[in-house]
Amino acid sequence: MKQELEKIESAALGETASCDSIKALDELRVKYLGKKGELTAILKQMGKLSAEERPVIGQLANKIRQDIENAVSKKMADLKAKEQELRIASESIDITLPGKPQSFGKLHPLTIVANEIKEIFMGMGFSIADGPEVEYDYYNFEALNLPPDHPARDTQDTFYITDNILLRTQTSSVQVHVMENQKPPIRIISPGRVYRSDAVDATHSPLFHQIEGLVVDKGITMADLKGVLETLMKKLYGNDCKIRLRPHHFPFTEPSAEVDVMCFNCHGEGCRICKGEGYIELLGAGMVHPKVLEGCGIDSSVYSGFAFGMGLERIVMRRYNISDMRLLYENDLRFLEQF
Amino acid sequence: MDLSMKWLSDYIDLSDIDIKQFCHGMTMSGSKVEGYEKEGAEITGVVVGKILSVVPHENSDHLVVCSVDIGEENPIQIVTGASNVNAGDLVPAALNGSTLPNNIKIKKGKLRGVESNGMLCSLGELGLTTHDFPYAVEDGIFIIQEDCEPGQDIHDAIGFNDTSVEFEITSNRPDCLSVTGLAREASATFNREINVPVPEFKGIDENIDDALKVNVQNTNLCRRYCAGIVKNVKIEPSPRWMRERLRACGVRPINNFVDITNYVMLEYGQPMHAFDLRFVKDSSINIRNAVSGEKIVTLDGVERELSEEMLVIADSEKPVAVAGVMGGEYSGIMNDTTEVVFESAYFEPVSVRKTSKKLGLRTDASARYEKGTDPLISMTCLKRAFQLVEELGAGEVVRTVIDKDYTDKALKKVEFSSEWINNFLGTEISEEDMIKYLNMLGFSVKDGKVISPSFRIDIEYKADIAEEIARIYGYNNIPSTQFKGVAEAEYTPIQKFIRKAENAMTALGCYEIATFSFISPKYFDKINLDQNSKLRSAETIMNPLGEDTSVMRTTTLPSMLEILSKNYNNRNENAKFFEIGKEYIPTGADTLPNEPQRLTLGMYGANTDFYDIKGIADTLLDALGIHDTEYLRIANSTSFDEKTTFHPGRSAVIIKDGVEIGVLGEIHPDTAANYGFGVKVYTAKINITEIIDLAETEISYKPLPKYPATTRDLSLICNDDIQAADIEKTIKKAAGKLLEKVTLFDVYKGKQIEDGKKSISYSLSMRSHDGTLTDEQADSVMKKVLKALKEIGADLRL
Repeated sequence: MKQELEKIESAALGETASCDSIKALDELRVKYLGKKGELTAILKQMGKLSAEERPVIGQLANKIRQDIENAVSKKMADLKAKEQELRIASESIDITLPGKPQSFGKLHPLTIVANEIKEIFMGMGFSIADGPEVEYDYYNFEALNLPPDHPARDTQDTFYITDNILLRTQTSSVQVHVMENQKPPIRIISPGRVYRSDAVDATHSPLFHQIEGLVVDKGITMADLKGVLETLMKKLYGNDCKIRLRPHHFPFTEPSAEVDVMCFNCHGEGCRICKGEGYIELLGAGMVHPKVLEGCGIDSSVYSGFAFGMGLERIVMRRYNISDMRLLYENDLRFLEQF
Repeated sequence: MDLSMKWLSDYIDLSDIDIKQFCHGMTMSGSKVEGYEKEGAEITGVVVGKILSVVPHENSDHLVVCSVDIGEENPIQIVTGASNVNAGDLVPAALNGSTLPNNIKIKKGKLRGVESNGMLCSLGELGLTTHDFPYAVEDGIFIIQEDCEPGQDIHDAIGFNDTSVEFEITSNRPDCLSVTGLAREASATFNREINVPVPEFKGIDENIDDALKVNVQNTNLCRRYCAGIVKNVKIEPSPRWMRERLRACGVRPINNFVDITNYVMLEYGQPMHAFDLRFVKDSSINIRNAVSGEKIVTLDGVERELSEEMLVIADSEKPVAVAGVMGGEYSGIMNDTTEVVFESAYFEPVSVRKTSKKLGLRTDASARYEKGTDPLISMTCLKRAFQLVEELGAGEVVRTVIDKDYTDKALKKVEFSSEWINNFLGTEISEEDMIKYLNMLGFSVKDGKVISPSFRIDIEYKADIAEEIARIYGYNNIPSTQFKGVAEAEYTPIQKFIRKAENAMTALGCYEIATFSFISPKYFDKINLDQNSKLRSAETIMNPLGEDTSVMRTTTLPSMLEILSKNYNNRNENAKFFEIGKEYIPTGADTLPNEPQRLTLGMYGANTDFYDIKGIADTLLDALGIHDTEYLRIANSTSFDEKTTFHPGRSAVIIKDGVEIGVLGEIHPDTAANYGFGVKVYTAKINITEIIDLAETEISYKPLPKYPATTRDLSLICNDDIQAADIEKTIKKAAGKLLEKVTLFDVYKGKQIEDGKKSISYSLSMRSHDGTLTDEQADSVMKKVLKALKEIGADLRL
């Protein structure tokens, strides 16, 4: 019997070693270790053995069973690993094939940049004020110290609906609404559409966007204006961005300034883009004119303030190297997809 | 304003400052320089040549060969085709390698076999005209009649060596539209003295009152009128120095009298007018309002009808000039003029502006008057003109002059406080420096007041004084500070709502577009709007650029369809766009329109149908907190007047709580044809402004279910005209609260289904919060549902 057991063992171990499929190994397990397997069959004959032989053979039989089980398990693990390896190899794909298109749209570049600027200002405590685009003459001109016969009011610049109603030419009109309705401290920006009678070309459009800012409080200085503009430009164009203020004239601010930002291309050296200036004109600004404050019921001997305004299109075009403003309003999908 | 640097140097010494420094300095102190130009900069290598001999060309009868002394040891030979050169003439000689305007390069070579070492130049070839050198000829070599030497550079020899600086002067500073004004600015900018001499003239011993009477009838519009007479006038070209300066300032020299008026205007900024006394009837000048219907032929030869509010300079009968705008043709200076009247006046700016605008006539003079001239300078300028007349020997000036003066002599005073100025600017400038800056600009400071010079018509407030100080101190020397104070910044509800909508739309795969707010009135037809639609009454621009942009849109749909059609024509195969923008809805003739925000959606492309745009609208509304919307077929009563834009069978109105909040669908075949679409196009419009109040902003968490759901599918057969919404409503109502969700999963028409019927299948998900649902409970629900469905004509499909 011992011999038989040893024969089974060696046969089982041999077959296990040479087995090359999971299915065959399963069959092997049943053949040797199953309820109707060879080992079980032998063990059923244990009764015929003497009392001395029985424990010896029993022990041997258990050891053999254990050995076979171990061998089969080990083989099974090997085979499974091998099979997985094969499967993985066979599942390899061309990862350079394009991804499946997913639906995701994009905002218009004007909105992207406007939202960015809004957030910069909200970070500085500015609220966002909206106002009407079709506006009374008073808010667009008169309240901003542009009396009826001021040259800037020529019909060639302004679209009129009636003699007294027009399309706002500047978002500064919102300043007046805000100052009429809110007591200082005031800290707002007003982004929006403005209209001027300019024919469409690469750098002009009868409709464009401005972002206007206004701060009114006690003790506001021109140095504060410079501080805000510097912060804005650094956030928009990076920390090494420098600005330059030039005296200018706007009827609604005094002193008034045009603000130039250091040329992004040459960093102040002077190049083709900045026409040798080293700086590019970006916005207009100044201290709110006392007449404007008084006209809105704000005591100019107590309060002072500053205002500034910039054209959004110009910033957007510079940001994305867009050379023709018309592209922004043509809305070709191949253009919109790029932002 | 173009400035002659030579002229400027009469008043201020800037010889140690190079032109770039000058331009930068002036720009940074407020007189913006647009650029500068050195006269004749394109001309190099051209010298004065003296013709030694002229001999015929051996091979040509129209060419001659000249021997030219160019100041070197040996003369050079130049061949020319001109017939006006003679031995002894001084001429401009362009040598080998020289350059001329318009990129012309001169090289030596052979002309018909004879060597030529350069070219003799005409005025035109140097970029000049006979206005610059009246003694020269247009066609032919420029025979120089100046004091110069052979070999001398042409620029210096003929005084073509000035630098002209172009300034962009802001409208509040008309005083800087003059050489003396800019000299004053330069003085403050570069911190140095200026010297503007006081003009004087000798005159002849006659009395003006015998020769001229002036009567100012409207002293509001003409606050000063100075006039004088020049007799025995000799009309001739003005001298070279005057011509040079006018040229550098961009003014064409004409004759001595016209040039003097222009010279004084450029020097002091005060327009001058000179006219022929012969044509002043009764030697009487009346400054009065025009009589309605009165006419004048102005210097430009145009007959103009005047109206009552216009001020004219008239003789006893008729206007001889439109005050401050332009003189009359008949009273102008002519070659046979013998007695000239000079006028130097102050006219009210607004009146000049209105007159000039109404006549459509803008002149150098009107541009200056309408910005405001110095009311106290009229007499100085008249004297300056007479000084020049005498200097040029152009005539005899009557010593006495007329001065009708109604000006207010009081100079404007503004409070001066260095402390206030520093607090306003955020600077620490010493009072001493402030006063120095102000003095250099012509202001004086006395008893705590700044006294403004009469030419500074723009000064009124303390802030104006602060600006004067700031710009001379240097804007860029002002520090940068962060202002103090706490402010609350947050988006308003509408701003937040729009941000949310933007995010949802991009997540839904839509690209944002930006379109013009004004449209063509033809677009109303293009979107197939009813002829009587209220949307056709839009705010109309009185002075539009063109019809295409002449009315403010009352509907955003045409803007969207226009962009879709452009993309379609550009062969973009699919498009999914949205725009959040305003409509402009009139409220009355004298009131502002409403400007509600609209979200407009538009799409086309393969596999796109009604249910795509509906799905986007639904998902968007859900994202915005607008739930439980209904879709109804567009009816005549719908509030959206764009109803006719849509395909009646494939469009819907979106309803929330009984309110129409949007409209969507496939566009009508007629609309599609108007835009030339070859594909089906879908569009939608949602009333953003109005739906904010309908949105649920509070979200309250519902616990996740503890017990499993039971699902039953239901395939129905019914008449085709039964709407899914009705079936769904019936199911929900009959099933009661155990029904959690009902989902449509199939609609089928065709084989095996009778004509006029459809098969429609739903999956019903039921759940109880009290325990796992039993089959009996689910069956009972289904039984009720089937019964109710049968009542509306939907049977179980067997």
